[in-house]
Amino acid sequence: MEATTFRFKANARQALANDTLRDALALLSKGFPAKRLQAMARMPEFEALRDEARDIKNHVLANLDHYLERFESRVTEQGGHVHWCRDATEARQTILDICRHTDAKTVTKSKSMIGEEIAINDFLEENGITPIETDLGEYIIQLRQEPPSHIIAPAIHLKQHQVAETFRDNHAELHADRSLDEPRALLDEARSELRQKFFDADVGLTGANMLVVETGSTVLVTNEGNAELTCTLPRVHIVIASLEKIVPTLEDATTILRVLARSATGQEMSVYTSFCTGPKRANDLDGPDQYHVLLLDNGRTQLLGTEFQEMLRCIRCGACLNHCPVYKAVGGHAYGWVYSGPMGAVLIPGLIGLDQTADLPKASTLCGHCESVCPMRIPLPRMLRAWRRQLFDLRRGSKTVRFGLRAWTMLATRPGLYRVLTGITVAMLAWLGRSRGAFRSLPLAGSWSKARDLPAPEGGTFVAQWQRKKDHDHGTRRYP
Amino acid sequence: MSPNGSEKKTMITAREDILSRIRNAIAGQGSATGTVDKRLQAHAVNTIPARGRCDRNACIDAFVTEAEKVNATVARITGADAVPPEVVRYLTDNNLPLVLRLAPDPRVAVIPWAQQTLLEVSTGAARSSDTASVSHAFAAVAETGTVVMVSGAENPTTLNYLPPTHFAIIAVADIFGSYEEVWRRLRAQRAEVAEPCDVMPRAVNWITGPSRTADIEQTILLGAHGPQRLHIVIVDGKKI
Repeated sequence: MEATTFRFKANARQALANDTLRDALALLSKGFPAKRLQAMARMPEFEALRDEARDIKNHVLANLDHYLERFESRVTEQGGHVHWCRDATEARQTILDICRHTDAKTVTKSKSMIGEEIAINDFLEENGITPIETDLGEYIIQLRQEPPSHIIAPAIHLKQHQVAETFRDNHAELHADRSLDEPRALLDEARSELRQKFFDADVGLTGANMLVVETGSTVLVTNEGNAELTCTLPRVHIVIASLEKIVPTLEDATTILRVLARSATGQEMSVYTSFCTGPKRANDLDGPDQYHVLLLDNGRTQLLGTEFQEMLRCIRCGACLNHCPVYKAVGGHAYGWVYSGPMGAVLIPGLIGLDQTADLPKASTLCGHCESVCPMRIPLPRMLRAWRRQLFDLRRGSKTVRFGLRAWTMLATRPGLYRVLTGITVAMLAWLGRSRGAFRSLPLAGSWSKARDLPAPEGGTFVAQWQRKKDHDHGTRRYP
Repeated sequence: MSPNGSEKKTMITAREDILSRIRNAIAGQGSATGTVDKRLQAHAVNTIPARGRCDRNACIDAFVTEAEKVNATVARITGADAVPPEVVRYLTDNNLPLVLRLAPDPRVAVIPWAQQTLLEVSTGAARSSDTASVSHAFAAVAETGTVVMVSGAENPTTLNYLPPTHFAIIAVADIFGSYEEVWRRLRAQRAEVAEPCDVMPRAVNWITGPSRTADIEQTILLGAHGPQRLHIVIVDGKKI
């Protein structure tokens, strides 16, 4: 998909002014985090599982070449085909070639972030093949010609009435005055619209949550059952997965599944977890005749061996989005590409370069909530800082900001000077603000104080207060 | 697909290219030679949560509790003869047609369906018109109330997903605490019957409750694309 990441600031401003979006995001930030906490409470081993999940992926990344080769052999042994694709162009062409070889007219799809990354829908359409999204959220945004705004809940930015309008516009063959006031009515309509399409499709295109080396299986996790119909009914099943989805064994996949749904939706386990291995067997009554797996690089190998390698542990649960104060304020579209939130702000510059994406690593308060909820313990704040450092080294950003950062570096690395200067500043601010107890505006902090008051400092700097407390404790406590 | 010569060439190039990029990037990080293969063969078990390490009876109870928590319904009966009356009761209670599509599994075939004269049964993979299906689960997992279905001539995958009502039959002896026990059992069973390369059947499907979506304003609705009703029938006594 075409990136609008360079317009982040404008996108964010627009999002902040959108009341419908704010309602939708409020609903999200109440729902997922609370459900996640409930699931945590029922799983005392959760922290141990996170450690193991992290270690599994670290081991895989350190041996990725061996694992990929073995995965390829296992898939091939069982009658599947593996296609290696360096970038989006190669992946799109490979999919189109498979469709052409099998005379495919329509392709049903189950939700795939890689599919979004390589913009496969537009490409297939341009080439006369009809792609049909089958996940309810993806189906809605496909009709609206919008990108997903959340990695696991693509239509989270929409309210029910907007979905109803979309269905009225697109399902023109249905009775115009039918009632679509209930979510149930919307779901039933989508279900019946899509039912025949599942049967008619020639190719089923899915992503993969994991690739299991031991068995050459691809793992799919859904709640709706659309992925299962997509990979069972058509003649051809194509899986598109990025290289880092590898896990060694079924046991390793199981450990990661234990943290995935709990972190994502707060479910103990998603409704459907499917392990697909090769095409239909000799006596099978259903299943595809052909089974293809695309292994896509698209920038991943550039992150290996760098300070961003740990980002490749990500299992796309969306927990960092659900807990991010910036994501919860602006939503996913503002980020301007397929991914969003903290994982997007780290991953997008890595995949499409810093040039167009310089604002994304800055779109964070570095509060650390993302890292604290990440099931794979990815140090997202450290990586956001690493991108910021690279931007500084590349001399990107305004002169004022760069000057400010340099001045700050000078001050922060000289404790004596820092104490003196902050002492003076605090004393001055305390004196100036003594009558109101707060400032309406301050020089150099214009945009910060535009929306709120800055409380006037009371009682000296932190270091001074700390020193006083220590002296006080020494004077009153007797130590043995 | 049979790719022509030129395509094959570019594919090999992409493969070599990607692998060499990886090798350059992670040089020095890898484990000792042989570690990867040893790890793949060991099937080492990671942490199994306490709630998945229960004894037989506790496992059965936990399975029922967890399955009901995710909106499945569960009936526990004794003997294959008790299956048809239970299925008819469920269909009648829910005002559903007394028509079933059965899995061609011998354990389903021995069930005396004909005793229920109002019941109309047929056997095979699911079709779009089927309203209810019966298939036999390979195993069940107490930890999350999950039933494990294994594809094959005996239990076509479509039976699990197409009809709006799904009856999953499970023998009480096949209820385990954790997923890991199910993997162990699957490996053991496949080693006996399958070709050496067929470690896995085409599809292994974990099913935890009926189909659902929360894509419209986070409202949870059952029956998105898969079944709206999942009724699990636990059969006690002699294995059917």
